[in-house]
Amino acid sequence: MADVKKIATRESYGNALAELGDKYENLYVLDADLAAATKTGIFKKKFPDRFFDCGIAESNMMGVAAGLAATGKIPFASTFAMFAAGRAFEQVRNSIGYPHLNVKIGATHAGISVGEDGATHQCNEDIALMRTIPGMTIINPADDVEARAAVEAAILHNGPVYMRFGRLAAPVFNDPATYKFELGKGIQLRDGKDIAIIATGLMVSEAIEAAKALSAEGIDAMVINIHTIKPIDKDIIINAAKKTGLILTVEEHSVIGGLGSAVADVLAENYPAKMVKIGVNDEFGHSGPAVDLLKEFGLCAENIVNKARDAVKAK
Amino acid sequence: MDATLKKQLEITACKVRLGILEGVFNAKSGHPGGSLSIADLMTYLYFAKMNVYPDKPDEPQRDRLVLSKGHTAPALYSVLAEKGYFSKDELKSLRHIGALLQGHPCIHIPGVDMSSGSLGQGISVACGMALSAKVSNDTYKVYTVLGDGEIEEGQVWEAAMFAAHYKLDNLVAVVDNNGLQIDGKIEDVMSPYPIVDKFKAFGWHVIEADAHDFDSLEAAFNEAETVAYQPVVIVMKSVKGKGVSFMENNVSWHGSAPNAEQYAQAVAEVSARLEELEG
Repeated sequence: MADVKKIATRESYGNALAELGDKYENLYVLDADLAAATKTGIFKKKFPDRFFDCGIAESNMMGVAAGLAATGKIPFASTFAMFAAGRAFEQVRNSIGYPHLNVKIGATHAGISVGEDGATHQCNEDIALMRTIPGMTIINPADDVEARAAVEAAILHNGPVYMRFGRLAAPVFNDPATYKFELGKGIQLRDGKDIAIIATGLMVSEAIEAAKALSAEGIDAMVINIHTIKPIDKDIIINAAKKTGLILTVEEHSVIGGLGSAVADVLAENYPAKMVKIGVNDEFGHSGPAVDLLKEFGLCAENIVNKARDAVKAK
Repeated sequence: MDATLKKQLEITACKVRLGILEGVFNAKSGHPGGSLSIADLMTYLYFAKMNVYPDKPDEPQRDRLVLSKGHTAPALYSVLAEKGYFSKDELKSLRHIGALLQGHPCIHIPGVDMSSGSLGQGISVACGMALSAKVSNDTYKVYTVLGDGEIEEGQVWEAAMFAAHYKLDNLVAVVDNNGLQIDGKIEDVMSPYPIVDKFKAFGWHVIEADAHDFDSLEAAFNEAETVAYQPVVIVMKSVKGKGVSFMENNVSWHGSAPNAEQYAQAVAEVSARLEELEG
């Protein structure tokens, strides 16, 4: 995919906020001393009066966001996923989730692809944490087109939303002319009968590549993009299981509590099917270039192909 | 303070105390000590200070109050009931299954501006509300009430920095300095002292007051209104369990309910005070 345009979804986040700031005058952006990294600096430059730096104090930032929402504003609270979902978990739960306030959390630098900063900043637990909060919507967009659309969908949704963005430039595979974001709806990107690869975020483009390679081997793989992890699109998952009888989930997140677990929950209760999970296997990451780390942790097309092939053979 | 108003507030505060006791007694659990220590403050705010509209609880221009020390919800509920936000009968089912009144404040209860109770979080939310008013040029005020033990939470000081940085002079925080927290005296458990100096160092305008003297409370809140470009904190010296002799300054009443005999005695004491006031 050397000639494909690549944009990190954190860039998409910053650009979308700056664009939508004109349309939604009630939109306010908070950051915790990471505006240059989360890309909310783009919004800050355009709308300095609607941007508030909270300093390195994420717990307070979540409360401030709650107060803004309780008085009719639409705040986006931005920081790294590690601090948004990790450090400030209880503030998100009690000050935002419990009163069901209209706060949007823009969590960047999610997953192992943070790269060189290493394990302390590689958040592979955020989806698991956020899934447990009643009423929390979770969006993990796959590319620039989807990420920008997701930001506007979050604004239009009344209630708390956790959005997950990445640091690493991701291939742009959606066509902005035809792409339509529907909150809570998965997208079937490719039909297939042998196996269904269900991916989210950065792993969706890898899943598409893997399906192409599998096709060359005679394996017909369906590919589904789950951008909304909560509420999850049960129908698309159940139908994929009915058609293929074999599900492979791929996520740049722990295999505990993320997309794989959410899909397993749906299948176990509705249509039990054989399943394989690809994700970070209950271990911490470490430093290294993002692309190399993704390969090392098996979060790449090659590993998807291998796991899919083995699973299809074992059917 | 005008003598008639003062007497009226003293009468109302007695009724608020009776409501607190009724709620906690019927719940067989809850936090009477810290509720009684803020009973006069809450009475003053809702009956003499805040612009609130019980018939329109969500009026956008109303003053807000975030009870950061949310475990003292009985005081808030009792004042709201007295003010007419909901029936006083609701106090009888405080903490019961299916009841309106949750163990800690919940935003869905009429008159409750924010869910709270996980200590340290309310002041941040109050900062957000005050900031919101600033950016919209709204003139409403935001009040938040903190416990003196609560300010051991680090988030309080994140919020304190934030409020001073953004010059939130429409925010008034009150620290209920009753000197006791669950495990004992605050200076023995984890001293937050010197409270006044700490807030001053964080850029706040600090006022000291007597929590059980309406003249003192009025003077403090009037002074707060003269302050510009700084948030204000009123460090209010109070008595935990105030108004019920056997609960006063006794930490064992932080989080336990009176039995029937104790309840009867507590009600008798507060009722006697009420009768005395009403003549």
